[in-house]
Amino acid sequence: MPFTRYVEIGRVAMINYGKENGKLVVISDVVDQNRALVDRPDEVRRVVSFKRLALTDFKVEIPRLARKSVLKSALEESDAFNKFHASSWGKKLESRRAKAATTDFDRYKASVKKTQRGRAIQAAIKKLGK
Amino acid sequence: MVDRKKAPPRVGISAEGRSKTYKSRGLWAIKKKHGGKFPSHPKQEKAPVAAAKAPKYYPADDVKQPRKRHSTRQSTKLRHSITPGTVLILLAGRFKGRRVVFLKQLESGLLLVTGPFTVNGVPLRRVNQAYTIATSTKVDVSSADLSSLTDAQFVPKKAAKKKGGDKFFEQPEGKKELDPEFLSAQKAVDGAIAGSLEGELKGYLASHFSLRSGDRPHLMKF
Repeated sequence: MPFTRYVEIGRVAMINYGKENGKLVVISDVVDQNRALVDRPDEVRRVVSFKRLALTDFKVEIPRLARKSVLKSALEESDAFNKFHASSWGKKLESRRAKAATTDFDRYKASVKKTQRGRAIQAAIKKLGK
Repeated sequence: MVDRKKAPPRVGISAEGRSKTYKSRGLWAIKKKHGGKFPSHPKQEKAPVAAAKAPKYYPADDVKQPRKRHSTRQSTKLRHSITPGTVLILLAGRFKGRRVVFLKQLESGLLLVTGPFTVNGVPLRRVNQAYTIATSTKVDVSSADLSSLTDAQFVPKKAAKKKGGDKFFEQPEGKKELDPEFLSAQKAVDGAIAGSLEGELKGYLASHFSLRSGDRPHLMKF
């Protein structure tokens, strides 16, 4: 399969830096080699360096410098953000976030589950061996 | 900065003007209309000091007077994350790594905690909040009556010194009996909490906290 994840207008990208790490944006225009004008339905358009963007597989069909309403409807139609969250990349990010948010008690409960699972597996293996 | 009075700007030029110089020299005060001499206050006679009786004894050594202190001790601020019932992880001392239940802050600023003893062997105990991690897990301790528990109960009572007797030949003392009052308080508190420790919470309190490879405590949520 040829390479398709290009920088282009309508490409969905993820900010991979700072406070907004993990936020999805859509490329609205390319400023120069290093920067893109990015947009989101609930935010004002702004310029972000490509170094701080990670391109995703998803793309929405919008013209250059699309209006908010156009962008909104294009996103709703393509469902690109949700598709990203459902992709393996999106799932990995989500599981990482969920793991970081676990409390001490959660970690204890997880360890109990893990022990129980291990014991069940051991018991099952023993049974098979007989 | 140069003091203008001490160092006149030039020889032959006074630092102050005519009027100021006249005032500062004080000649105006000894004019006839003011009495012709410098004004002064009459010396006040001091009341004669009563001859104190020499004390019969005086201490051979100097007795140190305690220094006067004007500062007052501020009460310790309790961390916001610690409220009655918070599960704490102890980080220092005999019970480090144990998870305990916070009951209340004592007058001294120390935290009163209990294991509970029946769950993980940690008795009613005072700990410094600096040596604890506060978790987000809470246990219901509202039913426990803590009003009788004070700092005084945790200060070890000094054993009366035995006079005479050779210490070397003394029999080693047997197991020390705990204060029955303390024991009953422990039982009462643990009994009150026991009801709210359901299911996994009990196992959680019984387990120890430790860091494993790859754990980054500064990034972990508790």
